Amino acid sequence: MLILQALLSGLLNGGIYSLVAVGLTLIFGVMRIINFAHGSLMMLGMYVSYWLFVLWGVDPYLALIASGSVLFAVGVLIEAVLVSPVLEAPEHDQLLLTLGISLVIENLALFLWKADPRTVTVPYLAVAPMVGGIMISSPRVIAFVVSLALTAVLYVFLKRTDLGKAIRAVSQDREGALTVGINMRRIYALAFGIGCACVGVAGGLVVPFYAVDPYVGGVFVITAFVVVVLGGMGNFGGALLAALIVGLAESVAAVFIPAAMKQVVMYTIFVVVLLFRPQGLFGARRA
Amino acid sequence: MALLELAGVSRSFGGVRAVNALSFAVPEGEIVGLIGPNGSGKTTVFNLISGVFLPNQGTLTFAGASLIGRKPHEICRLGIGRTFQIVQPFNSLTVLENVRVGAFRTIGDPDRAAHEADAVLRLVGLSHKREALPPSLTIADRKRLELARALATRPRLLLLDEVMAGLRPAETLEMLELARRIHASGVTLLVIEHVMRAVMSLSHRILVLHHGEKLAEGTPQEVSRDPEVIRAYLGEEYRPA
Amino acid sequence: MPSQYVIHLAVMILFFAYLGAAWNILGGYAGQFSFGHAAFFGLGAYTSTLLHIHYGVSPWIGMALGGLAGVLLGLGSGFLSFRYGLRGPYFALVMLAFAEMLRLLFETWMSRSYPLGLPIPLKGTSLLDFQFRDKGHYFYIILVMLIAVTWLCHRLARSRVGAYWMAIRDNEEAAQALGIDAFAYKLLAMAISAFLTALGGTFYAQYFLTLEVNELFGVQISVEILLSAIIGGAGTVFGPLVGAVALQLLSEVTRVYVRAFSGFDLMVYGGVLILVIIFLPQGLLEGMRRPYRAMARALST
Repeated sequence: MLILQALLSGLLNGGIYSLVAVGLTLIFGVMRIINFAHGSLMMLGMYVSYWLFVLWGVDPYLALIASGSVLFAVGVLIEAVLVSPVLEAPEHDQLLLTLGISLVIENLALFLWKADPRTVTVPYLAVAPMVGGIMISSPRVIAFVVSLALTAVLYVFLKRTDLGKAIRAVSQDREGALTVGINMRRIYALAFGIGCACVGVAGGLVVPFYAVDPYVGGVFVITAFVVVVLGGMGNFGGALLAALIVGLAESVAAVFIPAAMKQVVMYTIFVVVLLFRPQGLFGARRA
Repeated sequence: MALLELAGVSRSFGGVRAVNALSFAVPEGEIVGLIGPNGSGKTTVFNLISGVFLPNQGTLTFAGASLIGRKPHEICRLGIGRTFQIVQPFNSLTVLENVRVGAFRTIGDPDRAAHEADAVLRLVGLSHKREALPPSLTIADRKRLELARALATRPRLLLLDEVMAGLRPAETLEMLELARRIHASGVTLLVIEHVMRAVMSLSHRILVLHHGEKLAEGTPQEVSRDPEVIRAYLGEEYRPA
Repeated sequence: MPSQYVIHLAVMILFFAYLGAAWNILGGYAGQFSFGHAAFFGLGAYTSTLLHIHYGVSPWIGMALGGLAGVLLGLGSGFLSFRYGLRGPYFALVMLAFAEMLRLLFETWMSRSYPLGLPIPLKGTSLLDFQFRDKGHYFYIILVMLIAVTWLCHRLARSRVGAYWMAIRDNEEAAQALGIDAFAYKLLAMAISAFLTALGGTFYAQYFLTLEVNELFGVQISVEILLSAIIGGAGTVFGPLVGAVALQLLSEVTRVYVRAFSGFDLMVYGGVLILVIIFLPQGLLEGMRRPYRAMARALST
């Protein structure tokens, strides 16, 4: 029963991870930038949702629209002002820049909202139905469903719409995309914005069951990195699948090993995959 | 005995044969030209010799020692220098420092290595640019720098990958002259070149590659008369008017 | 006689200049950006401290042994990273992961074995025990360490080793074609950098005489180590010193004028980092030289 419970919560967590990781992998795929600030931006999304609820009593699920749009705007702004000047710079400069961004965001949040963890209690979500002896936490189920639905919507957007196709074209072949007249600046801003919106919505989704504090992003960003690397950097479908695998593996492992070790396992997976299968679990080995 | 010898060398990438059962020899003291259409495997041959790729089959020997399994830096230390088709300068180092990196292969002392680098810069005619950074150089000067750096390692065999591509006619002539001077100083040359007239006048012998295989081999005169060569390659450029 | 406050500030400046210079050997000269130097730092601090507590080993000897432990860790992590061709941001992140793994392991170990914290015996002032009541002694120690590492960098930068590192940094493929064993030279940079960083860890432990796992192995110290080098100018002899002076003074000034809260200096660092990366990617030192050179050019024409 314990295992069954672990499997369920692992699967549910995996859904959230997928949305976080999809945002990260989209930004990487299109811009070749590893967004170190991804976790901090998720934290920002969580606070948007938290304050809307606390100050004006906005339903957290209605607030998703706000956290998603705010983070989209923040993403576009960051891309335009900070990231675009270093697009041609060495890769480590880009990583340092996003590190700087995350330092500013995290510590600004610390300044504005203090380090105390804050939680939201939504009355209608407090009931946790039991099905066959397994407790089903409704906010987690909702988070799972919404995450997967959004991931699917994003997938269809990238596959079917002209704009989505342009984004994919850029991620597959920069020069080719340039020659067919795609406006790169717009695509970059859009990709960064969408990537941040994903993490904004994901932040809003976890607020009903996850306490928010200025450093909460660190927890998710590491998982997101593991997922993205496991799925293959820039590989959309890979990220989704890897998110579910990581979610499951993590909760099942938590049954057997102490919490601190759980993270060690996470890092080990990260290192091993980067070293031995840099193309991810599902990618073909490059020549 | 030849300085460099390839026997039955093959290499494929993802099922595509880039080089197929290639055998040839470069005798010490010669200039051998390697020509062929785009995608015929010329640069792959260089990468096989210089240890960037491992062959799937065949043997490569240099001065009696097998090259198989040796890493690029070990191959350089055996006495094979190379240039890259797309120049690869160290962009944050000055021209002199770039060449000194090569000179450090045989000379440990920084000042003496710089002295040696200066001598090489004089040879290639880049002395006046010794303090410049590579991004500020013209294409021709970058090619010279690439050559100087390889030369400073004091190779017995130098692999030149299209050092004349993209140069103006006058610059091409200078580069030809430079290649002859380097050869005269005792370095054996294996040259990939697209500029047909240049490679024909420079080389003692020519090797024609086509789809990774040897199509013809001989003196420039023999090769340029070979009907197969004309059909496969030269025909495209030397089509009778 | 300067106040203890001024001495403390001076010690911190020299200390971060020292750590930045240690990082600079690997990150600046050899071009391998590590985001996980906390691993070496923490290892050095804990090696000397645990040896001192358990076996009465003088922290001076512990410092050397900690340095060796750093070398071993550096060679191990470097071997894995470089053997499998990790470059750029991937190397940075893998180093971060190594440091975090060590942090978690030490956290588990320390909370089990020393739930009340490490019992470092306080000896007042004792040269043998590397403990001094007067902060001035620490100032001279870190000054000597900084001078030594700066001299080393200066020597290395002019030697064959330094030229090879910079060649690898700029273009690894071309470097190998010139006979450079890139793998071996990167490992060498890693070993030296790790050794020096671990010595810094022992200094830190002896200066504060308390050890906290998250402070010693945390991401924050990894970031602070590389910041002074990056901001001052990676791959230059005096860049880390310039960066450390700028950052520490800036953080002191803001701490005085802005209502202090923990993390404020990190926010400032983040802001400075962003500005430097965008406007002065070569660092402050180069930024200071630029107008000077422009003037020299203007005068000469």
